Amino acid sequence: MAKKLSNRRKFLKNSAALAGGLAAGATQSANGQMPEKYIKGSDDLVAYGQRSSFETAVRESHGRPHSPDAFGLVKHVATPIQESVGVITPSALHYVATTRGHYVPDIDPNAHQLMIHGMVDRPLSFTLQDLKRFPSVTRLHFVECAANRPSIGAKTITESHGLTSCAEWTGVLLSTLLKEAGVKGSASWIIAEGAEEVKGTSSIPMAKAMEDSLVAYGMNGEAVRPQQGYPLRLMVPGFEGIFNVKWLRRIKAVDKYWMTYNDYGHLRQNDVDAALGYTIGPKSVITFPSSGQQLPDKGFYEISGLAWSGGGAIRRVEVSTDGGKKWKDAQFVGTPQRMAHTRFTLPWTWDGSESMLLSRCTDELGKVQPTRVQVAKFFGIPVDPSYRVPGRDNSIQTWRVASDGSVHNAYS
Amino acid sequence: MRILSLLSLVMLLHGGFAHAQSTFGIGSTPSEAQLNAWDIDISPTGEGLPSGRGNAKEGVEIFANKCIACHGNEAVGGLAPRLLKADVGPNADPWEFGKILPIRSPYAPTIWDFINRGMPLGQEGTLSANEVYALTAYLLNINGVIPEDAVMDAQSLPKVKMPNVENWAPLPDYKPGMDRLEGYPY
Repeated sequence: MAKKLSNRRKFLKNSAALAGGLAAGATQSANGQMPEKYIKGSDDLVAYGQRSSFETAVRESHGRPHSPDAFGLVKHVATPIQESVGVITPSALHYVATTRGHYVPDIDPNAHQLMIHGMVDRPLSFTLQDLKRFPSVTRLHFVECAANRPSIGAKTITESHGLTSCAEWTGVLLSTLLKEAGVKGSASWIIAEGAEEVKGTSSIPMAKAMEDSLVAYGMNGEAVRPQQGYPLRLMVPGFEGIFNVKWLRRIKAVDKYWMTYNDYGHLRQNDVDAALGYTIGPKSVITFPSSGQQLPDKGFYEISGLAWSGGGAIRRVEVSTDGGKKWKDAQFVGTPQRMAHTRFTLPWTWDGSESMLLSRCTDELGKVQPTRVQVAKFFGIPVDPSYRVPGRDNSIQTWRVASDGSVHNAYS
Repeated sequence: MRILSLLSLVMLLHGGFAHAQSTFGIGSTPSEAQLNAWDIDISPTGEGLPSGRGNAKEGVEIFANKCIACHGNEAVGGLAPRLLKADVGPNADPWEFGKILPIRSPYAPTIWDFINRGMPLGQEGTLSANEVYALTAYLLNINGVIPEDAVMDAQSLPKVKMPNVENWAPLPDYKPGMDRLEGYPY
């Protein structure tokens, strides 16, 4: 075995030397198809791959100061969704939000347990191995932060819409685990707690816990990443980000709203704000072309974007290229999934004149993504600079394509 | 108990019923020690508060030793969030005091819970119950909620009347497929 390995090493080394020789540029194939450079092989690259060094999309801290500062006060890191294709956010680019700074626990999965107790017939502890014995589900779901919204100051879509991401999550339905523990009919809420330093805890209505919440150990085909809650994350599809408790270690069934510290942080004084702050409304945004990008010339482009809703699957996306006067139905790429990013496209030939690009979506409940003006009109409030959409802001984003092909945030 | 439910399941399967399996017999019963150590949450009405006691005078000294470095003198001016309400005049709505836990929270036990689970930064879980009661009393006192000599314990803390106790909007009763807000088209 040792000999075999050493032969393989030697082979890799020789291959690298060969590649190095080519990189020096002494030889090029006659038909011009031989690449001039090779990526230097290594055991690490063989074991776990990396993207090309030419790919530069990175996450950015949301707001100031830059992350992570010494005190850990930066709590949000945004996804460059203008660089995304398809509907899955790569795990390494998934947005991150934490209750208090960037303290990511380094959890040994073999020592980790999930305890379910409170108003149950039999309190139970599960190891990771236990959880993987249960029937599993794999589902696409977005997670979105409460603060994700169009804004006057945003220069790119990362700044305005980067606090949403979508991954394929694998795990056990929470209803399966609650039934296993014999949850009592009189339990009306659960509280879910993480294992990190502040033991972040959120209250979730039992109806949602039993409907479609899941305890995820998998993300995009491998284990959940540490920044996303390794080894266990609670997914509460369609509810705002903070409900999706990371580093999950404890679930307690209770008989009332527990108003944890996390819950307190999102309390509202007014009923409308509270109601609209719970789940994410129908929302969409054009990711190409979007602010900060540059169209090289007039001619054909495929407008592309993402739509999602806490109310279920997206049923329709419409796109306007003239500021909302005329709308065309966009096409879906693939089949829309419930509480998941849905990719839409529309063919477009740009004539070189200033154009205002907008998208709006409709979800399976028939709810339609509004403009800011429509929301203000519904509540009878004037749209002045202080106006903000109540609750989670799902209003339409407009991009302005200038005649030189540069793309801008129309609200700036 | 678990064996019995498995037995009945086997009988159901043999009977040819297409019933979904109700339990799987997976997982273990947590020990009393694990339950006690992990069950740290305190309800808004004080369920879960342990024995112990403290007042604001004791809290001053603990705050000076363990909290000032981040929260600043008088709970203002540090890198960590301020803990003293904003001076917005005598008739202000309590929400105008700012997002300050020991004044905005509708329930005092929530303050105890958060200090206990999350403080001090980097040394979470090291405060004794007496220290947490004293710090809670200190923060309630500097925000004008309780007098300096009021003793906080499992009986008195839930009875503290916070200015926002009836000044917050409850979440709607969640039902699958419900409107976010009744009659709202968006």
